[in-house]
Amino acid sequence: MTTATPADTATTPAVPASPMAAAGADRRWVWIVVAAAAALPLLRSVVPDIISDYRLFLMSTMMIAAIAVLGLNLLTGFNGQISLGHGAFYAVGAYTAAILMDKLSLPYWTLLPIVAVVCFVVGFLFGLPALRLEGHYLALATFALALAVPQMLKYRWLEDLTGGVQGIVLLKPEAPFGLPLTEDQWLYYYCLIVTVLLFWAAWNLLRGRSGRAMMAIRDHSMAAGTMGIDTARYKTVTFGISAAYTGIAGALSASAIAFVAPDSFGFFLSISLLIGLVVGGVASLPGSIIGGIFTVLVQNSAQALSNFVKNDIGLPYDLSPYSVYGILLLVLMYVMPTGIAGGVVMAWRRLRR
Amino acid sequence: MRTTRRGFVGSASAATALLAAGVAYGQKGKYDDGASDTEIKIGNTNPYSGPASSYGIIGKSIDAYWRMVNDQGGINGRKVRFISLDDGYSPPKTVEVVRQLVEQEKVLCLFNTLGTAPNTAIQKYANLKKVPHLFLATGASKWGKPKEFPWTMGWQPDYHTEGVIFAKHLLANVKDPKIAVLMQNDDYGKDYYEGFREGLGKDVGKIVKHVTYEVTDPTVDSQIIQLKDSGANAFFNITTPKFAAQAIRKAAEIGWKPAHYLNNVSASVAVVMKPAGFENGQDIITAQYLKDPTDKQWDDSDDMKAWRAWMVKYNTSASLGDAFAVFGYAVAATMHKTLEQCGNDLTRANVMKQAASLKKLVVPMLLPGITVNTSPTDFYPIQSIRLQRFKGETWQLFGDVMSNEST
Repeated sequence: MTTATPADTATTPAVPASPMAAAGADRRWVWIVVAAAAALPLLRSVVPDIISDYRLFLMSTMMIAAIAVLGLNLLTGFNGQISLGHGAFYAVGAYTAAILMDKLSLPYWTLLPIVAVVCFVVGFLFGLPALRLEGHYLALATFALALAVPQMLKYRWLEDLTGGVQGIVLLKPEAPFGLPLTEDQWLYYYCLIVTVLLFWAAWNLLRGRSGRAMMAIRDHSMAAGTMGIDTARYKTVTFGISAAYTGIAGALSASAIAFVAPDSFGFFLSISLLIGLVVGGVASLPGSIIGGIFTVLVQNSAQALSNFVKNDIGLPYDLSPYSVYGILLLVLMYVMPTGIAGGVVMAWRRLRR
Repeated sequence: MRTTRRGFVGSASAATALLAAGVAYGQKGKYDDGASDTEIKIGNTNPYSGPASSYGIIGKSIDAYWRMVNDQGGINGRKVRFISLDDGYSPPKTVEVVRQLVEQEKVLCLFNTLGTAPNTAIQKYANLKKVPHLFLATGASKWGKPKEFPWTMGWQPDYHTEGVIFAKHLLANVKDPKIAVLMQNDDYGKDYYEGFREGLGKDVGKIVKHVTYEVTDPTVDSQIIQLKDSGANAFFNITTPKFAAQAIRKAAEIGWKPAHYLNNVSASVAVVMKPAGFENGQDIITAQYLKDPTDKQWDDSDDMKAWRAWMVKYNTSASLGDAFAVFGYAVAATMHKTLEQCGNDLTRANVMKQAASLKKLVVPMLLPGITVNTSPTDFYPIQSIRLQRFKGETWQLFGDVMSNEST
């Protein structure tokens, strides 16, 4: 693992190969961001129009998306295995949580460890045969998984459990210990705590031995094997961890939306996670957060933007939100080929020189 | 790191917020969020993108309807602002955009939100927030429960009711029936099938064969062959347009001529009967509550003429044969009447009260004899259908208006 020193930034492209390139660069900033995020809901009583329940809810969904993107990033960004089907693990996590709440009436906060284990096992088992598949073939296999899971949820034998196409309606989590928080404030804190814990865990994982092994396999699998790394084991375990992360995100979203149905986990979910990953920054922890924000925010503003073009500017183009979304993606990929995280780091270095 | 003082500039002026709406004195009426002397805000979700985007034409038609209303002076002098957001038929997205509509845009009510799963996802929320959740675009039978969900109301005849009506007609008209059923394997298909079984009652054993298909299947040919082999003499066809046309054609090809009952979902002349071949579709029975714009018999009716004039002027992106544009027009007309009845009391409670007191309301584009009826205990606005038989190149209505008060 090379660490880029300021001296060679001029010659080497600023690919965020090291997860710590930005995150570890200034640990103080991480603390400031977390503290600001924690203080945000408390401002609701001061400026209720700006920090509304809806905005807090939106930020919770961004954090959930960030966790899911991080899950995919561990696999694709840090370990080099491409997955087009992480929506499947998201669905498994959401349904595991929903069924446990619905059938066994387990309280929502006990669910995450169970969901993590279930999704780890599912991901691990899927990773075993996937070991024989490389590159495009793996992408295709995961693609099939993403298509199959919503169908499987409708399957007759599982219907009593999953509610079939009707899905399962759940209760929203309420603040514990009689804390004077609204549902959305509490949901925000709950998501924030889980997000911070999971990112901290990922950061620890990546800067240690296992993280280096994961990245060595990505960079040159054969060389990594020669150096004594058990590539097969690392790949399957990474698959499991990645699935567990994404599954936890799914479980959180089941709590936030208070409803699961097969329609919620269409193939586009997997694609939007992948887009979030690439746009945010491959193999970058802050990139995962940016990716999460992007997936939620930009889809919404794409519609606002297309309405703006049509109604306010009065251009005669009936741009659908997705064409705006597509144009935005193209522009981003040209301007910041290494994702927003990479682009920001590069811009920052330019400015400092 | 370097600090600049530039960041402090520009973030100082929060005073602009004080320019918010002036004090409301001398208002004409009583208002909740989303209504004023000049405007009524209505929120809606539709799949304008994604796999179900063909439904998006409903949202566009409703939007076109309100543009016409506004050009004619609005409702009791208030302009309608129709805010329709894309949810891509994904329930989590629906929750997000509906919260945006209610909490940010502050709409007076939600209207004709589309899809069974998306509506299930927001039903609890709408009822918790006490926001009218009216005239939904789904035929599921679960939207008329005023005790549990006093803020939610469906609109179209539900699939369950229609299934019951078919079963009753079949038992009364087919001698010694042996019934075959072809069903799309999802909630829509099951709703029909359960209604049908309920309608058969003790004769439910007369269903000799029940086969399903998936919406992703290429054809239903093999299913039709299976059904013929069962020796059935009656056929209940619960399929969406593409498969309905295939089923009709295949049955004729292999010489199977049962008493054929086709669900309302596929009652279109242009999309189903014509591709299936008119000669293959003779004597098929279906149920209808809206006028089919491709059916020539309505060419001279006043509401069809008005609808076509509106299509040409306001709804130019939809085709003149599109049944979704008829649906959007008729459901918006129902909402129009409801808001008109509210007068100057545009509170959410009154909107709901008026929606639950529509009596024999005649809505344009509904078949003659079918009216909208609701009451505080009856949250199923349209519960009547008329049966029609295919003759030549059009449907011919027969018999009376049929209803099933299954609330």
